[in-house]
Amino acid sequence: MNKVTSLIAGIIFGIGLTISEMINPAKVLGFLNLFGGWDPSLAFVMIGALVVTTPFIFIYKKQKPLFAESFSIPQKKDLDNKLIIGAVLFGAGWGLAGLCPGPAISSLALMNISSVIFVVAMFLGFYLSKFINVQSS
Amino acid sequence: MIIENFTPLPAFIGGLVIGIAVTLFFALNGRLIGISGIARNFLNSNDKRFDNFLFLIGLILGPIIYQLFSKEAVSINITNSIYLLGIAGLLVGLGTSIGSGCTSGHGICGISRFSLRSIIATITFMIVGILTVFVTNLI
Repeated sequence: MNKVTSLIAGIIFGIGLTISEMINPAKVLGFLNLFGGWDPSLAFVMIGALVVTTPFIFIYKKQKPLFAESFSIPQKKDLDNKLIIGAVLFGAGWGLAGLCPGPAISSLALMNISSVIFVVAMFLGFYLSKFINVQSS
Repeated sequence: MIIENFTPLPAFIGGLVIGIAVTLFFALNGRLIGISGIARNFLNSNDKRFDNFLFLIGLILGPIIYQLFSKEAVSINITNSIYLLGIAGLLVGLGTSIGSGCTSGHGICGISRFSLRSIIATITFMIVGILTVFVTNLI
């Protein structure tokens, strides 16, 4: 059953990215263009998501999930250099193309060669990260 | 400050839908949605590989299903520079691996559980993203 729910969660997430237009790099770059013509839409996407997730995460007090043995929640609390270095590299890539992992993968649906090139390069980055001993999640 | 192309309502509704996906996956599968983590683990780890694969397929099906129901074509505006796309993709893949998360994992899930790490990461990648766009606009 957790296979079906994985697929469904992915579909709903992809629909959310489409409705909010976050699948469109131009919208994301508009948000990051704070000193030009600024498009605040991305902030409203985050607010919309947080309005649902924040109360839920604090109210939901089940022993275990419906289709799995346990909840898996990141336990790291310390602020290390890797967190900052990673966020800087990610921010630079995000600002260059206007794509982050979710919208990049969803946009493959539109059969766009640019999305394919970005996703291949991103997966190469995931693969290379194995060799610089950086994975922490 | 000049505001352009602002679409608050679809943005907010789309955000609610994203929030529903996150809560469902947490309540049913016990996992928080961090797309960079799901994609990286699909590539690098045997643990829950098929679950991760199906989630990624779902992400791609999302826009297709949306178009079927809304009867409107989704169009995007993206650079066609191979070099820019290659460098950006590589930076996103490496950066989210080193920093353990992206816009979904840190920006939505992390902030909703008030994780200091995620709040710091989100502020960092947003500032760097804004600076990157500022610099590329100058060139």
